[in-house]
Amino acid sequence: MDAVERGSRAKNARDGGEIVLAAEPKRSGTSTGRGKASCRAQAGRGDLPPATWNKVKTHPCYSVEAHHHYARMHVAVAPACNMQCNYCNRKYDCANESRPGVTSEKLTPEQATKKVLAVASRIPQMSVLGIAGPGDPLANPDKTFRTFELVAKAAPDIKLCLSTNGLALPDHVDTIARLNIEHVTITINMIDPEIGARIYPWIFYNHNRYSGIEAAKILTTRQLQGLEMLSARGILCKVNSVMIPGINGRHLIEVNKAVKSRGAFLHNIMPLIAAPEHGTVFGLKGQRTPTARELKALQDACEGEMNMMRHCRQCRADAVGLLGEDRSAEFTKEKIVTMTVNYDPEARKAYQAGIEEERRARIVARRENSGEHAGGTSDIKVLIAVATKGAGLINEHFGHAKEFQVYEVSRSGAKFVDHRRVGHYCQGGHGAQDDLAAIVRSINDCHAVFVARIGGRPTSELNKAGIEPVDQYAHEFIENSAIAWFSSYFEKVKSGKIQHVDRGDGAIRQDPMISVA
Amino acid sequence: MPFKIISSQCTGCSACETECPNVAIFEKGGTFVINPKKCTECIGHFEEPQCVAVCPVDKTCVVDTSLPRAQPPA
Repeated sequence: MDAVERGSRAKNARDGGEIVLAAEPKRSGTSTGRGKASCRAQAGRGDLPPATWNKVKTHPCYSVEAHHHYARMHVAVAPACNMQCNYCNRKYDCANESRPGVTSEKLTPEQATKKVLAVASRIPQMSVLGIAGPGDPLANPDKTFRTFELVAKAAPDIKLCLSTNGLALPDHVDTIARLNIEHVTITINMIDPEIGARIYPWIFYNHNRYSGIEAAKILTTRQLQGLEMLSARGILCKVNSVMIPGINGRHLIEVNKAVKSRGAFLHNIMPLIAAPEHGTVFGLKGQRTPTARELKALQDACEGEMNMMRHCRQCRADAVGLLGEDRSAEFTKEKIVTMTVNYDPEARKAYQAGIEEERRARIVARRENSGEHAGGTSDIKVLIAVATKGAGLINEHFGHAKEFQVYEVSRSGAKFVDHRRVGHYCQGGHGAQDDLAAIVRSINDCHAVFVARIGGRPTSELNKAGIEPVDQYAHEFIENSAIAWFSSYFEKVKSGKIQHVDRGDGAIRQDPMISVA
Repeated sequence: MPFKIISSQCTGCSACETECPNVAIFEKGGTFVINPKKCTECIGHFEEPQCVAVCPVDKTCVVDTSLPRAQPPA
């Protein structure tokens, strides 16, 4: 890749941004506790203490607003694990698969450091280095902390981030604090050991293997203790939970309360991924995965309690780049060896200052554009799917969309609630019937799909499925268009022209994302 | 009888390598193997063999019945 192309890629990545309003004054029309919290979850600095905002504003996983602007990378230096989860299989390796635990190669701390510098010099908006497995980083403390030490020395401007199952966490909190690791994610799927026994076959603790309820008791105690210790030291803590219907679905509401009360800053409830071909225990047992509606209902139920993360892409253990746009294939061990590293902190700083300026300008533009929807309340809420390349605009062709952003629209505004990964309809220039049907299944809970352009056949298929294809707002701001569309929808419902009916459910795709050529 | 690792099942996670009290486990071609001469089945160290206990894939660290016990129990 030459410098020009690199520059243009970086710019595209930067332009792929979207700003969520820092303050959404119109939301006050529905100022229930829940509505307010949801507003806070999407908003930025206005709701956060300055110290916290400074820590999250450039972190793509912690800030919904940052994830279109800043990139992160994971280095796979931590293969070993100290427990077994029924939803995990680290043996699986597929270049097209985007799933935690999956990696194509394992690195030594030295190789990882070179990779970080190579990526940081080519992707100047890369702001965060995370270590997230494929095993547990704290079951590999030497490799994990050695990597952080080397990177901190070579590239002090990169934020360090760690993801753990929490079993060994209390033993390492001091080291985490000493190495200035600002963000920690703990995966907590239960606080009730009986439920835990159905998720974790065993743990390895104090040189012994424990199983069943005994194992789950130790695990939950250690996780919550670790969380408390991190909070006490002012280290920002996000909690990940995997929603497993029939096992911990409703229980995660309790988990949410427990982690909130111990200082967790953000809760990310993710859908279980369990296709038989993944070879996980749940996959082989045919454990059901949640539907989009179930997942959203659970996230909504927790939202009154704390900030919910809804833009998680459940990335690979060696992911590189913006969320949802994996570039790990460009930075394999083989390619890294031949790369010349020109790490220039000043150039990175200047580039990121540019991003911040653009973010500020866009906030102003969006504020000016957002005054259109009048107040007034109604219970009607609909979901819409949006094909977007970023920048907060409806600017993607239906057939080119790799994923759709889902917004919940009501009289009080439009709010980002989800994203739906879909296969490429236009793979190789010809649309496959199955792919189109799969897209319809993925967004079947949406009333409309907003696109920049759409072809004849998808239009008729979508209409047949009762999803309105909307292309009249091509290249306009998502929120404003959604509100304008909803106003006319609402008027038609009010005048009796159409009847509002709830839509069906959306299927969460389990198959690998098809890589883009 | 020493333990052995069934390489077709080994995920190469390296969890066993650091837990082995005898430093009998090492990497070979992406998976791990046990040096039978060094393996003591953890007798005298732990209640159960550490490679078995820490291996994320069940029935991957197993007794090698083809070999005699390398070192009698303490």
